[in-house]
Amino acid sequence: MEKTIQNANSKVPPSEGFREAYILHLADSSLILSHRNSEWCGHGPVLEQDIAITNISLDLLGLARNYYQYAAELIGDTDEDKLAYLRTEREFKNLLLVEQPNIDWAQTILRQYLFSQFQFFLQEQLQHNDDKKLAAIAEKSQKETRYHIRWSGEWVIRLGNGTEESHDRMINAINNLWGYTGEMFIPVEYEKEAGIDYALIKNQWEEKINEVFSEATLSTVDSTKKTFMHTGGKTGTHTENLGFILTDLQYLQRTYPGVEW
Amino acid sequence: MALQHDIDKKMIYAYLSEVKDPEVPVLSIIDLGIVRDIHWNDDELEVSITPTYNGCPAMDMISTNIRVMLATLGFKKVKIKKILSPAWTTEWMSEEGKRKLKEYGIAPPNPKQQVCDQKYFQANEAVQCPRCNSFHTHRISEFGSTACKSLYQCDDCKEPFDYFKCH
Repeated sequence: MEKTIQNANSKVPPSEGFREAYILHLADSSLILSHRNSEWCGHGPVLEQDIAITNISLDLLGLARNYYQYAAELIGDTDEDKLAYLRTEREFKNLLLVEQPNIDWAQTILRQYLFSQFQFFLQEQLQHNDDKKLAAIAEKSQKETRYHIRWSGEWVIRLGNGTEESHDRMINAINNLWGYTGEMFIPVEYEKEAGIDYALIKNQWEEKINEVFSEATLSTVDSTKKTFMHTGGKTGTHTENLGFILTDLQYLQRTYPGVEW
Repeated sequence: MALQHDIDKKMIYAYLSEVKDPEVPVLSIIDLGIVRDIHWNDDELEVSITPTYNGCPAMDMISTNIRVMLATLGFKKVKIKKILSPAWTTEWMSEEGKRKLKEYGIAPPNPKQQVCDQKYFQANEAVQCPRCNSFHTHRISEFGSTACKSLYQCDDCKEPFDYFKCH
């Protein structure tokens, strides 16, 4: 039994270099958040917001495809579909934040806001990266990210500064998600050569978050206070949520290998 | 092969202006400004296109339609290359394209880029109603039926309409 488990774990591709791993990490975060948002399709609070969240889902899927296509090119002998549909939970490198469940509208839009604001500052640096392809993908995505920030940021303010219930739900969402935000700024091995200044992003991100939180009458972030932060998503150690997402996302390809429609 | 090279690029562009955007069928890919370059690598014709939005599902269909169009002209070896940088903006759309959009009932993008403004709850862009030309309109949703559009309503003629948003 023990041997079987070991074998299963050793399936993590050995040939993946730092650059490939980094691009897959970017792709996975985008894909998983896209999937989470798509779960709202047909269930949004009003039609226009249902369309908005699924539009964002589509933007993120398009971004993920750009990254997967590039990763496939570098890895060789694979393609975007195989990378998205046939890798296991331990091979996925997405941030823990993006796999957290939707719960309610407050948690969904807060997750989007926290991520988009981070993504914005990350892409600001990535568009000047030495890797020209990565830079082009970041440049292309930046305009879409601006829309996402504005839309989700407005919702954080609207709910935080809304009724007693919407305010409580926002606080609940912060309590649920905050512990997963630290991981964004703690580079793992494969990120160290990517040429990203994470300390700078953290400062910029906190400043923006505090602006929005204070307008939303939510308590702001005290970065001097030490808070426990979950990590592991970037290296394949996920919360229990990812397995369920992949079961849903990969079902068709796993059950009918190679099927197309 | 010589025959292919004899065909003027201009002529290929003219044929490509018959390839429509499947989401907005009045616009050709030339009107949209998504064809960046056409050139030959030996006997292979390479067409570079750029997506309007990353997730635009029309891109795959547009690529197929370009291939079909070129195949009917006798081009067997065609490569479609996706270019991301410089990123597409609505400035790439031709004036002709904007006119066609309006005729079709979609408000064309305003010339001034307003998407860059990060201010929350900012005033809506003044968008002209494509039906009655009133500027007395309001935004219903920033996101519309496709990634490139947002949803507006005219306060005078009451007609809801799509706005091809600035990007």
